Amino acid sequence: MTTTDGSTKEIRRFRVNFPDAQLADLRRRIKETKWPEREQVNDASQGVQLATMQALARYWAAEYDWRKCEERLNALPNFITEIDGLDIHFIHVHSKHEGALPVIITHGWPGSVIEQLKVIDPLTNPTKHGGSAADAFHVVIPSLPGYGFSGKPTAPGWNPVRIARAWTTLMERLGYTKFVAQGGDWGNAVSELMALQQPPGLLGIHTNMAATVPANISKALAFNEAPPTNLTAEERNAWNQLDLFYKKGLGYANEMANRPQTLYGIADSPVGLASWMLDHDARSQELIARVFAGKTEGLTRDDVLDNVTLYWLTNTAISSARLYWDTQQVSSGGFFDPRGIKIPVAVSAFPDEIYAAPRSWAERAYPKLIHYNRLDKGGHFAAWEQPALFTAELRTAFKSLRV
Amino acid sequence: MIFQLRYAVALAAFGLCIFCSAGQAQDDRLVRPFKVQVPQAVLDDLRRRIAATRWPDKETVGDRSQGARLAELQELVKYWGSGYDWRKLEARLNALPQFKTTIDGVEIHFIHVRSRHKNALPVIVTHGWPGSVIEQLKIIGPLTDPTAHGGSAEDAFDVVIPSIPGYGFSGRPTGTGWDPERIARAWAELMTRLGYTSYVAQGGDWGTPISSAMARQAAPGLRGIHINLPATLPPEVAAALASGGPAPAGLTDQERAVFEALRASGMKGSLAYFTMLTARPQTVGYGATDSPVGLAAWVLVHPGFAQWSYGADAKQSPTKDDVLDNITLYWLTNTATSAGRLYWENGARGSVIAAVPQKTSEIKLPVAITVFPEDVYRAPETWARRAYPNLSYFHEVDKGGHFAAWEQPELFAAELRAAFAPVRPAH
Repeated sequence: MTTTDGSTKEIRRFRVNFPDAQLADLRRRIKETKWPEREQVNDASQGVQLATMQALARYWAAEYDWRKCEERLNALPNFITEIDGLDIHFIHVHSKHEGALPVIITHGWPGSVIEQLKVIDPLTNPTKHGGSAADAFHVVIPSLPGYGFSGKPTAPGWNPVRIARAWTTLMERLGYTKFVAQGGDWGNAVSELMALQQPPGLLGIHTNMAATVPANISKALAFNEAPPTNLTAEERNAWNQLDLFYKKGLGYANEMANRPQTLYGIADSPVGLASWMLDHDARSQELIARVFAGKTEGLTRDDVLDNVTLYWLTNTAISSARLYWDTQQVSSGGFFDPRGIKIPVAVSAFPDEIYAAPRSWAERAYPKLIHYNRLDKGGHFAAWEQPALFTAELRTAFKSLRV
Repeated sequence: MIFQLRYAVALAAFGLCIFCSAGQAQDDRLVRPFKVQVPQAVLDDLRRRIAATRWPDKETVGDRSQGARLAELQELVKYWGSGYDWRKLEARLNALPQFKTTIDGVEIHFIHVRSRHKNALPVIVTHGWPGSVIEQLKIIGPLTDPTAHGGSAEDAFDVVIPSIPGYGFSGRPTGTGWDPERIARAWAELMTRLGYTSYVAQGGDWGTPISSAMARQAAPGLRGIHINLPATLPPEVAAALASGGPAPAGLTDQERAVFEALRASGMKGSLAYFTMLTARPQTVGYGATDSPVGLAAWVLVHPGFAQWSYGADAKQSPTKDDVLDNITLYWLTNTATSAGRLYWENGARGSVIAAVPQKTSEIKLPVAITVFPEDVYRAPETWARRAYPNLSYFHEVDKGGHFAAWEQPELFAAELRAAFAPVRPAH
């Protein structure tokens, strides 16, 4: 079957299988890394610390086994279909429960479908994971254009607006007439834009990185002003988090939004890639540094390296960064500016996210706020770090939208 | 002149500490001759890495707006890995008198060429990022030997060209604090150690804040400075640029044109590298340290290279070899990370072209400015006069850009002659 624009609607099965030579080459490069000297400080204020990177590199070259990740991926139904001229990869798991609610879950940067693997079974098979049949979801987890196994756009224009339209096309192509969307990071932008486009089948969205910052707060932060005196404790906490992020944490996004192609080093150097990906936000970097220092919490070393290795093997460091560039071409708004969504929105505020959206801001940003919860643990990679909490949130959040 | 004496003896002794007495550590003040000698294995490793480069896909635009273009960079890197010869640069460097001396705990490398002309004016010339002493090699002849380059004996300079801490052959500080203020104090100490009691300082890029700090500190013997990336933005202009607000009222046509050009350049993302290096030099460093191509692309992201032809225009300076000399120097000295830290040190001070954060009003010594029209901005004379109360010279020349000494060495030398003529001591 072919559509009017010439792209096919065919849905092909997909399996991951990288040649041994590519894995051997990666290991060789890691072992031959040329290192800079140690940072001059005793914290991560100059970037990812040398000790963290060297511990990561040692484990990556000597013990880490990509084939395990490949097996996990291949145990799931993976597909590729062409939408708007580009191959879109996705995982699609049907629940055995009738009346399951279809949900499309979108990752962000520096993430991938790897972030979502732990929530697939709890969502599709709730009776095995403390839920009831009425909690079941059909799960669709796509790779963003330029990310993972999706195609790499060769021309500008794949911004979140276009991705949102593609996601709706994908859900319709899969035969879903009523569905919900979920995301954090870029996944939030894509889900919110789907909500703005209001496709007939979309019942509502859930976000774990809500865009709620009031205009006066954004402006005060941008102009380096003092915080308004009437902020609640929750709002003041969000202010502090945002202030830190805007002052110290935006370098990577700025670079990728303006000169993504300049990052040749992270396409050519595994350690360069890993450090660039680890330096996303302060809290997740601290978590990952603790993991490589031997602590067990949230993520494992394999989790982190599955994701980095996926970027490496698919050579998507720069194509993924272009999402920042493509977005900047069409949007002057901030990442956390409310977009004016009219359909139902559910919010989970994880405390170690870039900022934990206060309920008061969420109520203002989303007139149809159907769920708000402030979690006591978890950060930027909520599904990856806290899959049980994340699953429980989705069940509760979307309950009122099920028919 | 005890230091000069030690200097001379050190020359003869090739760095051996003949002044050390029993129980005394090597005299920090010793000036030791230095030669560049990179082991062949290191050069072979670089070529091997270049050949093994893993490339990303092509940029999705038809210009350099996403960064160095794949085809242009691949062409340059192909030459780097085959035709380019580091040994030629090594021979050029080693034909010059080079030294190292330890100042404030860090080894400082510098080129020091004395003019044969009596009463030559000593000048310390400071490079910036992503530069090095390579930028200044072409001006050494014109400055020290003016009669061979269209000048007269009265134009002569003794030239001192140091490598900034963390750059080139200077040491890499292991602790924090090496900001332009501290480097300026080290430069003053260097000039004193070389026996100079009356001298001038010059710089563009980071060389400007460093030279300006020397002037603000009124380093003993410093008579004036010449800068080619002055910090002239008035506070209301800097604020409007930072906030994205409208241009301040009352700008002249020329000032408004400069304002609009700066805004456009910012909108086009020319400062992204600045933001990233300020925030996370170590993170940038891993890829640029491990990947030659990553390093090259990161160096070429500087807006100073926006008009560079990648060697397609054989007459353009810097040439392909010049630029690869500079990039290879960063690679061989493993200074991609340490050099970036100067931005981190600058940190909250922010813009290096704005007058207030650079405290230009506190400079009492004469300041000379040459504006090269293709630099990252064309400072108007009106702003320069406002920023620098003791502006002794202002001239906008008709060609040249950010790497002025590298691009237009003869013109650059002529500017230094004219700019410093009024501050030369009478003899």
